Amino acid sequence: MRILFLLFLFLAGLYVQAQETLSGQVLDEQKQPLPGAGLSWLGTTISTATDVEGNFTLPYSGEYKKLVVSFIGYTTDTLTVASPEKIIHVMRPSSSNQLKEVVVDKTRKSLERSYVKTANVSTMSNKELLKAACCNIAESFETNPSIDVNFSDALTGSRQIKMLGLTSPYLLIAEENIPSVRGASQAYGLSFVPGTWVESIQITKGAGPVINGYESISGQINYELLKPVNDIPFFLNVYGSTDSRFEANAHVNRKFSDKWSSTLFLHTNARIAKNDMNDDGFLDNPLGQQINVLNRWQYTDAEKGLVSFLNVRYMRDEKQTGELDFNPDTDKFTTNNWGSEINTDKFDASAKLGYVWPDMPFQSIGLQTAYNWHRQESYFGFNQYNIDQKSIYSNLIFSSIINNTLNKFSTGLNFSYDNYDEFVNAPENGVMLPRDYSRTDNSAGAFFEYTYDNTDNFSIVAGARFDVHNRLGAFFTPRLHLRYNPWNKAVLRASAGRGKRAANIFAENQSLFGSSRSLNIAGSGGKLYGLDPEIAWNYGVSFMQGFSLFNKNAEFIVDFYRTDFQNQVVVDLFASPQQANFFNLNGDSYANSLQVELNYEITRHFTIRTAYKYYDIKTQYSTGMEERPLQAKHRFFSNIAYETHVKEGGRQWKFDFTYNWMGRQRLPYTGSNPEQYQLGEYSPSFSLMNAQVTRTFSGVFEMYAGVENLGNYKQDKAILGNDDPFGPYFDSSIIYAPVFGQMYYAGLRFKIK
Amino acid sequence: MKKMLLIMLVALVGISAYAQEKKNKNAKHEIEVYGNCDMCKKRIEKAAYGVSGVKSAIWHQEHKDLHLILDENKCTVDDVKQAVAKAGHDTKDVKAKDEDYAKLHSCCQYTRE
Repeated sequence: MRILFLLFLFLAGLYVQAQETLSGQVLDEQKQPLPGAGLSWLGTTISTATDVEGNFTLPYSGEYKKLVVSFIGYTTDTLTVASPEKIIHVMRPSSSNQLKEVVVDKTRKSLERSYVKTANVSTMSNKELLKAACCNIAESFETNPSIDVNFSDALTGSRQIKMLGLTSPYLLIAEENIPSVRGASQAYGLSFVPGTWVESIQITKGAGPVINGYESISGQINYELLKPVNDIPFFLNVYGSTDSRFEANAHVNRKFSDKWSSTLFLHTNARIAKNDMNDDGFLDNPLGQQINVLNRWQYTDAEKGLVSFLNVRYMRDEKQTGELDFNPDTDKFTTNNWGSEINTDKFDASAKLGYVWPDMPFQSIGLQTAYNWHRQESYFGFNQYNIDQKSIYSNLIFSSIINNTLNKFSTGLNFSYDNYDEFVNAPENGVMLPRDYSRTDNSAGAFFEYTYDNTDNFSIVAGARFDVHNRLGAFFTPRLHLRYNPWNKAVLRASAGRGKRAANIFAENQSLFGSSRSLNIAGSGGKLYGLDPEIAWNYGVSFMQGFSLFNKNAEFIVDFYRTDFQNQVVVDLFASPQQANFFNLNGDSYANSLQVELNYEITRHFTIRTAYKYYDIKTQYSTGMEERPLQAKHRFFSNIAYETHVKEGGRQWKFDFTYNWMGRQRLPYTGSNPEQYQLGEYSPSFSLMNAQVTRTFSGVFEMYAGVENLGNYKQDKAILGNDDPFGPYFDSSIIYAPVFGQMYYAGLRFKIK
Repeated sequence: MKKMLLIMLVALVGISAYAQEKKNKNAKHEIEVYGNCDMCKKRIEKAAYGVSGVKSAIWHQEHKDLHLILDENKCTVDDVKQAVAKAGHDTKDVKAKDEDYAKLHSCCQYTRE
């Protein structure tokens, strides 16, 4: 037992894994995977449920003979099992009329909102991720109405995500609950996670729990990687597109024993040809290549209640962008041609261990530890930006109950350490100024979170944490979530919470390096670039009602969130088109966000999601209270998905279409520039369409093809001053629409199960 | 450091530690409780949680099984059966009163033996 104490522990779902296992898949009468079906050995307490793909694993031993398979609306079957061979079981709908109404609920959606969770969480399964053209998770949110995907600049082709109208630095982005995209990796971090590695993504709108830290302000995004114990032996994905981007993913999984399993993930991508669809003399998206390797080990011993994960990853990413004729060997730091290179290295190692008391399944203890190294070396014309971040993170969590499982709590400690070597060479007040912002941050904190759930219609999660940080000081972070089901299929939620964070002003605003702007910091003696930390309160309410329309499922959701900044690092682009001024908020800053969503299942396997979003985001800039630039006030979103019934051998067609309309966006001030370098006060409104078709030939092989930006909408004047990139009017950071027009792509997936 | 960790963890583990007496603080029991639907599930579990000493109560609709974890120092399985019966649900040993059964929602009125 003592060894247990010294091991670091991680709490995960309790996988019951004995000497031998029985695995298989449960399908409905249409041969579609049936998620959530219950399986148990007759006369035992050993049971499990199928996952999103209808797959299950159960401990097996010779004395278990009868397997009970059940699902609401289906006839319960008892199968005789003689040996632990893989089972594929097709269920028949039950004939009882009473249950027929329930059948409608059964297909688990690829994007699911919970009726029972206390926080406003929606879960994207990997099926939903496949709807995106490509390939990393920064690009995977295009079919999700809660998250807006924007282009960050005209150079790097990278996407920026926003929730509640606030950019990703205000989100806590975590990999299996370990904060992953933060500090130096803020700009490109999400693009370093290949989509095929991801099992599911949980999106929490609003304050979120305190367990993972104090930094989240508008929400949390957590992504779960594929678990070696459930993974298939081999997976291959290749992708190519007309913007000459090619990607390949291979996963190799092996189960070494009943306790140890491992997956090796390999990813590589490259863009090999220069594209200039808008004829501005600049590459529309960068030339580049990436290699990304992850090896993941899982240890599971259910009898002892132990689960552990070990991950090791290395990534190198190289990008080159700028003018078409730019050649780094001869043109770097010259005025021959304007160009940029961004090279990133990343190394991660993480370990998690979880222990669940075998006689008390409600009590667990877990420890997560991670080491992360991230180095970016880059230049943009004459501007230079290098950042090297080394981080250590650890979190110890103990969860148990008070009296009974209606009252749960989690408590624990965490510690983080960040060492930054940061070098900036960019103009300040019109003069090139090399600046060194190296620093070390560390913090230690303790948290306690209490959950009450009456198992019926009410739950509350009340949490608080106290942290001591060398730059942010000592502070409390309270968070509260409530859920109430007033009547059938209705959920009312409310949340409130505080967040505090250190703004890494250069890492988060890297797109500004691609301009002639002076980067001026009006410091106030604070400990972060002379500035004070950002503090905000977030409040939200949401209401969701499920109902039946013409006997089909429909869902109506409305939510409203407000973020109130007490302090903020304001990035002011209104004073002058030749300046970007950073200063602490002096006045008000808020973000109101309203989302109305209607989802409907037109027929079986044919669903439509629609959403209207309204954002009112204003900040006190030097010129007064202004709308946050590059943010549409009105947005409309629609996604239509259709799947045919699965035919013999797994053959199936899937169709997906996404429509986005964006209202006009406030633009940074360009009015003092000569006329040809002006953009006006607002961008035009525009719409974007994406479409995709997937053909599954069998359980082993499928192909997909699609088009992004079907309407071929391109931003006019994507790069200001493109004819004079070393002149005072050059700016590639004002991007409100795609730079690259219509893009076609195709790919294939090959699986060995 | 090792010692500190150990002390800390032992303190946390204390909650789970078995008492000196032989009675099990985390006794697992499974009892058959008759019922039909999701409403029954909520009612049965609520009744079980109403018994002081019941730590976990999960009713499985498909098997009509109530999985219990309870502190034997504080209550017995029979207490749970009585509580469940009072809510209108029969078990093999303890039957609900007819008037309690009659109070159940029409969809919850399971077939009585």
